[in-house]
Parts: sequence; structure tokens; C-alpha cells
Amino acid sequence: AAVQDLASAEVEAGISTLIAVLGYNNPTAAVAAVQGLIQIGSPAVQPLIEQLDDYNYGARAYAIRALAAIADPRALDILLASAATDFAPSVRRAAAKGLGALRWSELPTNERSTAQVKALETLELILQDADWSIRYAAIVGLQRLATTSELTSQIQGKFAQLLATEKDAAVRSRVQFAQAQLFSITSD
Amino acid sequence: MQSNWSQSAAETEGLTVEQAIANLQSPDLSLRYYAAWWLGKFRVNMPAAVEALIVALEDEADRTELGGYPLRRNAARALGKLGDTQAVPGLIRCLACEDYYVREAAAQSLGMLDAPAAILPLMELLTGGVEEAVPVPGRPHLTQPYDSVIEALGALQAKQAISLIQPFLEHPQAKVQYAATRAMYQLTQEDSYGQSLVKALEGNDLQLRRTALSDLGAIGYLPAREAIARCAVENSFKLLALKGLLEHQAKLHEAPTQDTIQVMTLMDSLL
Repeated sequence: AAVQDLASAEVEAGISTLIAVLGYNNPTAAVAAVQGLIQIGSPAVQPLIEQLDDYNYGARAYAIRALAAIADPRALDILLASAATDFAPSVRRAAAKGLGALRWSELPTNERSTAQVKALETLELILQDADWSIRYAAIVGLQRLATTSELTSQIQGKFAQLLATEKDAAVRSRVQFAQAQLFSITSD
Repeated sequence: MQSNWSQSAAETEGLTVEQAIANLQSPDLSLRYYAAWWLGKFRVNMPAAVEALIVALEDEADRTELGGYPLRRNAARALGKLGDTQAVPGLIRCLACEDYYVREAAAQSLGMLDAPAAILPLMELLTGGVEEAVPVPGRPHLTQPYDSVIEALGALQAKQAISLIQPFLEHPQAKVQYAATRAMYQLTQEDSYGQSLVKALEGNDLQLRRTALSDLGAIGYLPAREAIARCAVENSFKLLALKGLLEHQAKLHEAPTQDTIQVMTLMDSLL
């Protein structure tokens, strides 16, 4: 048990070190630290949320990318808030993408659909953003949500509606790509 | 013309369209300056906005200590974004303005508009060749906005300007070289020009890597996609460059192709 405690203490210290690296303004080191945090997985989730850097949006974007990739649903609230209201587009994009692919099955059954609907509502809200890259990321999030939740037909309807209103050629292409992906999955 | 601005998004930023247009005539010069920027930022391409901005291209009230025309600069920049070719004659007149930054903004905007009439006036700014393209003493710029002029000629498909542009491939400033390389690719579709911009993505200067990224996005050079995604530059710049590739393909094909799917997969990985 002592060895186990020691091992987990080392993992914890390692997690904090990796999180600190996200704020060093060294992209190569930060990308490596994100990979390390993703490999650690679930034990890194709570520290990532608690140590989210309010002042350095670069560090915050890396932390959100790590949370998005780990996909632990404990990150739901922080991803919802970041996607909707962070001032940095890079943070919002990472959060939007992450919102689509949380491991919903880890939530108790009675919370699952509420959580998925929250993700859907936030992604639909940011589809109206003036920044094309936020809309693009919202579509990526929605496409992923359509494959991980029961909201597939609702999201397909949203995509059809979007093609009628979206003016940006790149965002339109991404909607079409998402539709094709969903069609090939739902028609299997 | 199709309206492409988002009223709800724009009006959360503190102005209404009516106010912004009225502010272009405000006694408060800083309000005029902000209104011109705002109309461009939110792409308010209503006729009343375009007309008011064209009038602002001749503004005499807003002057800097060095004689510059800040409002004209902002109005010229905004008009490029609004896509209305009524602005072309006014922007062509701006190419002769004594303020370098007005000429630069006008050249950039003419390159964004469908403005074949601008080709000859733009070519005139290059007539002294590389010999005259030297720094102005005491100023941070050359005698003319060569990079913007050359980029505009490339965007306007000015094949008659090829022999005029080619010598600028050897200009001592990298950003002028890149502009010439980008325009030569657009005018000749020769792969070697695209490849030299790809090579520039590995340069030591971050600012120049960003410039090369944006050049590759502007010419829609598809073979650069992996190199763009790998380049040591912030993700937002890479996304914008890949968006350029994607838009270029979207003009050629209605539905996504294998190529565009690869570009989008790279973009997804950069979110």
C-alpha cells in the first residue's frame, strides 16, 4: 500500500508538472505535455480543471484540448462554459470539439440525456457566432455528438437547416462533410 | 447583391448600422475612424454604407502630424471587404494619394474586388522596377506598397503584368519576394512557385512563416496542406491558411472531394 501511495503521489506531482508546462509559451513542450496528460487520462481530469489558467489563454487552450481528448464527462461544465464564453477563439474551438465526444456512458443513466442536451444547446448557440472558426468547430462538435448520443436525427435536421443559411464556403463544406459521414453511419 | 453581414453579431458591438453611417460625418473624428472600421469589420454592404465610405475616401479633416489620412485608410480597407465595385474608381484615385498607407489599403482592397480597371493603375506603381523599390529614409516602408500592389495584380489575374512582377522575385525583402512568388503562381499556375512558398514555411522568422502561410492560403495551393498543418505557427494561422485551400476547392467542386476531406481532417485536428 505504501508503494501504491508513493506511485500515486508521483503521478500527481507529474500531472502538476505537465500542467505547468502548458503555460511556458513553448509550443513543442506544450504539445508533448498535452500528449502526456492524455496518456495519464482520468487522474489528470480534476487537476486540469482546478489548475485551469485564467490569465494565459494559450495554456488554457492546451488544457482544454487535453480535457477534450481524455473525454471524461466530469469536464462537461468547464467545456460548456469555455465553448460559450471564453474570450479566446482557440479555447472555444477546442471546447466545442470536445463537447461532442465525451464518454457519456460514464454518467449515471438519469443524467446522461440532460448532459447531452446541454452540449447540443451550447453547440447550437455558438453556431450563430460571427467567427467562422467557432462555427466550424461547433459543426465538428455536433457531428461527433450525433454519433455518440441519441440526438442524431435532431442534429441532421440542424445541418440541413444550416446549409440554407450559412454563407461561408469553408463552413458549408464542413457541414456537407458531416452530413456525408452521418449518412454513411446511419444507413449501415 | 447578397447581404453577407450578421446584424445581431454586429449590433452587440455597440453601434447600429444607422449610427455607424451617421458617425462617418460626425464632428468627432475618432467616431468617424471607428465607424469606418466597424462597417468593414461587420461587412455592412448596404448601399448607404458603401456610398458614405466612398465619400470618406476624399476626407480632408482627419490628418496625422506627418500628413497621413487615417479615415481614408480605414475607409479604403473597409470597402475591400464590402465587395461593391462602385468603390473601384474612388480606390483607384487613392493609389495616387501622398499617404503610403492609403495607397497600400487601396491596393489591397482593389485586389479583393472584381476590378479589371485597376490593373493599369496598379502596374504604374511598379514601373520603376526593383531599382526604385527602396526604403524611404526615416520611414518603416518602401517607396510604394510593392507587396500589396503585386498581390492585387495576382488576384486580378493580370497576366500582362508578369514581366513587371518577375524581377521582384529577387527583391531584397522577403515579404516582397513572397508577394511576387504568390502572384507568379496565380498568373502562371507553375508548381515551382507554390513549392518555394512551402519551403518558406520552414524559415527561421515567425512573422515570415505566417506570411508564407497566408500566401499559400490565398493561392489555394493544395499540395501544401500537410506542410501547413505541421508548420511552427499558431493553430489559428494554420486554420486560416487551410480554409483558403478549402475555399479554392469549393469554387471548383460543389460537393466535398477526397482532397477537401483531407484538408478538413487536418483542420479538425487543429481545433
